[in-house]
Amino acid sequence: MLNENAKLNPKIFSADIEQLPTRDGYGNGLVIAGSENPDIVVLCADLSESTRSEWFAKKFPERFIEMGVAEQNMAAIAAGLGVSGKIPFISSYAVFSPGRNWEQIRTTIAYNNSNAKIAGAHAGISVGPDGATHQAVEDIATMRVIANMRVFVPCDAIEAKKATIAAAKIMGPVYLRFAREKTPVFTSEETPYIPGKAEIFWQSKKKPEVAIIGCGPILYNALLAARDLEKEKIGTIVVNNHTVKPMDEKKIVEVAKKCGAVVTVEEHQVIGGMGSAVAEILARHYPAPMEFVGMNDVFGESGPPNALLEKYGMGAKDIKEAIKRVLKRK
Amino acid sequence: METYDKKMKFLEEMANLLRKEVVKMLVEAGSGHSAAPLGTADIFTALYFHILNHNPKKPDWPDRDRFVLSCGHYCPIQYAAMAHAGYFPLEELGTLRKLNSRLQGHPHRTTLPGLEVTSGPLGDGLPQAIGMAFAARMDKKKHRVYCLTSDGEHDTGVIWEAAMFAGKHKLNNLTAILDRNNIQIDGYTEDVMPLEPIKDKYEAFNWHVIEVNGHNIEEIIDAVNEAKAIYEKPTMIIAYTIPGKGVSFMERDYSWHGKPPTKEEGKKALHDLRTLGGKIKSEHE
Repeated sequence: MLNENAKLNPKIFSADIEQLPTRDGYGNGLVIAGSENPDIVVLCADLSESTRSEWFAKKFPERFIEMGVAEQNMAAIAAGLGVSGKIPFISSYAVFSPGRNWEQIRTTIAYNNSNAKIAGAHAGISVGPDGATHQAVEDIATMRVIANMRVFVPCDAIEAKKATIAAAKIMGPVYLRFAREKTPVFTSEETPYIPGKAEIFWQSKKKPEVAIIGCGPILYNALLAARDLEKEKIGTIVVNNHTVKPMDEKKIVEVAKKCGAVVTVEEHQVIGGMGSAVAEILARHYPAPMEFVGMNDVFGESGPPNALLEKYGMGAKDIKEAIKRVLKRK
Repeated sequence: METYDKKMKFLEEMANLLRKEVVKMLVEAGSGHSAAPLGTADIFTALYFHILNHNPKKPDWPDRDRFVLSCGHYCPIQYAAMAHAGYFPLEELGTLRKLNSRLQGHPHRTTLPGLEVTSGPLGDGLPQAIGMAFAARMDKKKHRVYCLTSDGEHDTGVIWEAAMFAGKHKLNNLTAILDRNNIQIDGYTEDVMPLEPIKDKYEAFNWHVIEVNGHNIEEIIDAVNEAKAIYEKPTMIIAYTIPGKGVSFMERDYSWHGKPPTKEEGKKALHDLRTLGGKIKSEHE
């Protein structure tokens, strides 16, 4: 059943649950953070409408910097702003930033420990019709591997707003991952959100046998799978692991110990992603059978978002199958 | 008040001293770049001992001028200038590139007070300097931002992205100096990837461009002063320099781009510098 303490949206499983893209949360978060702190500056590489940085630009035009299609320059200029007392947020699609400008992010933002934030929109294959060129499924890996970098992957528009506001208050580099597509807003304003602290969203009444650890909007599919499995008498815990780095090791180990098996769920390559980071922790502290739901070393393609998630093995059905597979390995 | 001639003599002697420091540092380190640090000793002397409004005892002073070394591999000469200006003890110069040193092989902001950014991968410094100049303008600050960029660095796309941005925003508080020494690792710049007409290119990107002899400290200072009087554009000072300047066997030879002198070569180089290439007698002989 849903964890009451998580204070999730009561309409979570109803058909008419509100749907918003997480990038909307970024746009709202920027406006709120910008109202609170005059040092916040937003940069965008010719994608201000679709990254929602436009919302900030309209409110604070003097603090919005249009970069043109120049992601490398955007990262390094942000680094210069970040060591000059500003709190820059750079905005583009994740394939371009942190894709095209990885080295500038590594050198001038992360190693330099500049107070700059990187917002990668349109992450995951749910970008849909634009096809694989625009579907970032490597960004968690390429960001979490950099020292000094934090990685936040919010699960819905409300959490995305909270993550953006939280990132503005953290001194140092943060990568924020957002999605294009409208997805259920299943948390609420009251849902606890503390960077670095994973939250249990679902805990079966019966003894849990598998811990499902997910991040991003696809976490909703994990909750759907958990609900279905409860009817099949399979108990689970679902963890919202929104901070991929620094990860909540304590909670990860705790749920692994409680369940004895783990399934990770992310809209990202299995190689190097959030699940890999969970495996790194468990290999050291509590080795347990694991299955990984995510992209399996292939590129996506054009298509409707949900159909793509199903074709590439990230639907609720795939999560259920992964749970059954891992149960057999216990 | 010191006289003009006395000041110029001081600066010229300082440049020579910094060159000797660079040779000693590179011999001691056993790796690093020789040609460009020697070639830009006059520029660094002009910056750290005349142009920059800074206080080595207060490297975090908010109103200081900022200096960004975009071509981070030139750092031996920056470290030598910083040490002689008083940022850190001279003895520390011998730790270049060694374990536990603050003098990293390429400049790293958070380890050494006085370094404004981390740089080294080519192209990454100019946009950071532009970010600093933009922040200063937003805050209505009066300090200026200086950036040294190499010619080889102009092969990168990000330099031109940055140049476009600075031109768009008319960043008149930014003065960049382009070390035009015509060499890079694989050869002469015009063979590797022609940059000319580089002056026209910057003008086309809406920069004010001044050309100087990069070994004439007076010309460098004059150009920087001219830049302060340009209100509508950022300024690029193209400084023509001789790579390896002052060391006979290194001058103009691109093979000295990325290697240090051996101990023996170092002795010869120091002799060259002491005798101004054999023109005067060395007191040490």
